[in-house]
Amino acid sequence: MPHSSQPPADVGRYAYDAVDRTFLKQRVEQFRDQVQRRISGALSEDEFKPLRLMNGLYLQLHAYMLRVAIPYGIVSANQMRTLAHIARRYDRGYGHFTTRQNIQFNWIRLEDTPDILNILADAEMHAIQTSGNCIRNVTSDQFAGAARDEVLDPRVHAEILRQWSTLHPEFTFLPRKFKIAISGSAQDRVAARFHDIGLLARMGENGRAVFEVYVGGGLGRTPVVGVKLRDDLPEEDLIAYLEAVLRIYNAYGRRDNIYKARIKILVQALGLGAFRDEVNAEFMAMDRSRYRLQPEVVAAIRARFASPVFEDASAASAQLVAQTKADPAFAAWVNINTHPHQQDGYCSVTISCKPAGGIPGDVTSAQMDLLADMADQYSFGELRITHLQNVVLGHVRKDNLFALWQALSAKGLGTANVGMITDIIACPGLDYCALANARSIPIAQKLSQRFSNAALQQEIGALRLNISGCINACGHHHAGHIGILGVDKRGEEAFQITLGGNSGEDASIGQIIGSAMSEDETVDAIARIVDTYLVQRKPGERFIETCRRLGAAPFKDAAYATA
Amino acid sequence: MPLLENGQIVQDGWTLVQDDQPLPEGDILLPLSRLSEGLGRNGKGRLGIVLKPDERVSDLKEALPRLDLVSLNFPIFRDGRAFTQARSLREHLHFAGAVRVTGHFLPDQYEFLLRCGVSQLVIPEQSDLAVWHQAHERITVAYQPSVLNERPEGFAFRRFLSS
Repeated sequence: MPHSSQPPADVGRYAYDAVDRTFLKQRVEQFRDQVQRRISGALSEDEFKPLRLMNGLYLQLHAYMLRVAIPYGIVSANQMRTLAHIARRYDRGYGHFTTRQNIQFNWIRLEDTPDILNILADAEMHAIQTSGNCIRNVTSDQFAGAARDEVLDPRVHAEILRQWSTLHPEFTFLPRKFKIAISGSAQDRVAARFHDIGLLARMGENGRAVFEVYVGGGLGRTPVVGVKLRDDLPEEDLIAYLEAVLRIYNAYGRRDNIYKARIKILVQALGLGAFRDEVNAEFMAMDRSRYRLQPEVVAAIRARFASPVFEDASAASAQLVAQTKADPAFAAWVNINTHPHQQDGYCSVTISCKPAGGIPGDVTSAQMDLLADMADQYSFGELRITHLQNVVLGHVRKDNLFALWQALSAKGLGTANVGMITDIIACPGLDYCALANARSIPIAQKLSQRFSNAALQQEIGALRLNISGCINACGHHHAGHIGILGVDKRGEEAFQITLGGNSGEDASIGQIIGSAMSEDETVDAIARIVDTYLVQRKPGERFIETCRRLGAAPFKDAAYATA
Repeated sequence: MPLLENGQIVQDGWTLVQDDQPLPEGDILLPLSRLSEGLGRNGKGRLGIVLKPDERVSDLKEALPRLDLVSLNFPIFRDGRAFTQARSLREHLHFAGAVRVTGHFLPDQYEFLLRCGVSQLVIPEQSDLAVWHQAHERITVAYQPSVLNERPEGFAFRRFLSS
């Protein structure tokens, strides 16, 4: 079968060949058969459940939810149009970007799923391992291949990990799910310390990557900051070493209690030293040559990624300066929503999916089509979904920003709030999710509305506000500077506030400041917490810094102060 | 119960011996706790050992050259420890005898079992063999090496599965 006859087509994304396409089609037919066996009764729901989960299909409160994989967050314009089509035809005209850079459709019929997966396969997409107790979709830096501070493009290694973990025969029935994030920049934009495995790549000798390996991080019921397992993992041992970690986990991770089954619990139970000894013993015992990642293999994968061909944009910066001077609202958006690029005259743009009063991460089919068109026009047909539930255009000429901003603003995608208090992460909550205690969406909308004033947001500055509808923490509330946790208080929805979480190099876990309050009380309490910050901060101090300097006490007093 | 090996139902000539039974003649399967007793047995039959999911494969290291079968168990299909045990037997300890699985597993796991080095499966009575064959033949591509040493194809660790 030919496998390299055509050159890679899409910028930033691994181009499938005939073998990859054959595999996906076979996978679709396998699932079609499993659905048939479920409908006929040959498979019990208990037996079908892990099979459908391995294809991203959940049974939620009102319907099936399909979670489609967006490997390391990269999607082409045409793939985005496919997602828009699926939302329009099989859902209610919208999709929801998740904190793992995937997209979820919330109103799916079981009998439609094989056809949907087939449509996805035609676009070189799938829902494999977006759920289940397996190695999940590998996440990466939303500015990969573009950021000025990048050392190496992590997407090549993310793709290698994606392929290696796909239908892995040994690691598909793990004690619990397993999440890997990889960054190619010293600045950790992937929350590496909140993953089962976090990889921070740097350039080693001879132009070959070296990895710092973090293990045992995670949120959920037991939030833990990951610990460094290895400082200097050579590229050639990347797969072998991960095999060793996964084997120790598969053999010894707890299976008697799903809330104690993640690798973080095993690392804590054994202690880091003993866990490392186990991994090293396994690593030494295995036939490493079998798993060795040779430079030519990395090069072959890299060659399947098309690179953007940049133009001379030396005049672009000057034009942008003139445009920002003429339009303060545009200037604010440029200031807040763009990120420095490796290439002069270019930048990366974060398109906020968090309009005032909106539902974080929800995007309509029409908006998806617009995003695809913008990517085609301004960013080499490539888009990225971020773990903060926004969309990034990686490579935009600075003299195209004004036209882009106008087009986005016309469809509600021009909000200038990236990294601000209304750039809220929220899980789907009790509106959709069978696990939730409380609705995340209405309180997110109220907070978004409350702080929607652009000047006020800029006055407040960088502030991460994360909302989870239950203790499982899909909204990463522990990692928010301010976190909100939905709880059940004697049959009523209520919310606890956490303070002091952070997900970067100085990762920390937010702590609960007191008893739960109603939705409206919580919104008011957060407004008072923010006011306290504005009064107490030193010049140039971000919210998280003030919070760390003062501790929780003044904020707690403010939160529970009743006028 | 039917024994599936190389895609066929074959005769199971092994006798499973419980903890307190005297050792019979012939090919016998013993729990790990009776390993040394089995090794010291006089007589002709072959010896196999039953390994529970929480028992370490490395405990068999010394004895493996004298064993013809290691039997692993799935308490429930979601408990994937036997995959790691099977692969460790093959890959670390180079065990060339039969690796058997018993308990609750699904046809949908058949290919994974084979690729981890399992060679015999005790499957439920009345099983439809066609379903198992289909599970084996449906997917022809894999993305990682396995103990079966399949033929590499193109990029990275990709390879074709043999049917």
